[in-house]
Amino acid sequence: MPTPRSSSFSGIVRASPVVMGYLPLAFAYGVMAHGAHLSLVATLALSFFVYAGSAQFIAVILFAQGLVLLPVVLTTFIVNLRHLLMAASVAPFLARWSLSKRIFFATELTDETFALHSTEFPSGEPIPSHVFAVNLTSHLSWIFGSLLGYQAGGMITDIRPLGLDYALPAMFIGLLIVQLRTRRAVFIALIAGAASLLFRHLGFESRSTLIATVIGATLGMGLELWKKD
Amino acid sequence: MEERLILVTVLLMSVVTMVPRILPVWLLAGRTLPRSMVIWLRYVPVSVLSALLLPELFIKEGQFDLSSSNLYLWIALPTMLVAAKTKSLAVTLVTGIGGVALLRLLVL
Repeated sequence: MPTPRSSSFSGIVRASPVVMGYLPLAFAYGVMAHGAHLSLVATLALSFFVYAGSAQFIAVILFAQGLVLLPVVLTTFIVNLRHLLMAASVAPFLARWSLSKRIFFATELTDETFALHSTEFPSGEPIPSHVFAVNLTSHLSWIFGSLLGYQAGGMITDIRPLGLDYALPAMFIGLLIVQLRTRRAVFIALIAGAASLLFRHLGFESRSTLIATVIGATLGMGLELWKKD
Repeated sequence: MEERLILVTVLLMSVVTMVPRILPVWLLAGRTLPRSMVIWLRYVPVSVLSALLLPELFIKEGQFDLSSSNLYLWIALPTMLVAAKTKSLAVTLVTGIGGVALLRLLVL
């Protein structure tokens, strides 16, 4: 995509599809948090400090069951361990950034911002102002959506008639499809997806994504090295 | 539920989500990685996105669901086509969300 990459403004524009996905998704989260009798402070603190969709949804469910501390923290850790692989995957492109910039970048890494950055980074040196604008715009829309959802929580209890519950799958579809540039990538996607389904079926609920990612990446590496030798 | 306990939990959640995000970017950037590792990391995006997406589409209330009532799955097909044609995240989102809303309106 021939977007100019030089300014904060280009970053805001670049983030707009993520914002379109985050607003309804965070809205749904806010409605749910309100329904679970979480306080507004706790609801927004999750969006500000944790900033991870799936973990936040799970946390709300666990809080509603009266669980706190270790079970919630441990589940969050396992569910979000996939970010370790994402961060490792973009790290090589940030070699010339200062440590503080790299860390600030990393704190706002999500599935969606990662997918945006990983399509953009290989085509040239990432420019901090652009990258941070993408991240901050996305994060702010996530917090704002949570707030809206929480405030609407008294009136709206079901977002399904609006189709907003489909924001997450639709976003994953859009992000995945642009990654499918080669036949091998399509094959790896099918294998990783199937593995994810299989391991979930086998009861590895919270770890299935991580295991499937390792399988997909390892197979992709294996095929690429094997074909070239 | 005690509010303070929830907020402490949130802060601990923040720590355990930030560490996996920060560590690789801190330690790996600027280092020359083995070629196999670089290739491995290149396949992470496509793998992780597919591993996140497929369960969303195929599993409904804990069950594998291929029935015609699984809107998530059937709407995914036109949504993927639109994504491949337009390469636009925004248009893809509108297609998916709009499609689900429309079908629910017509079917229910």
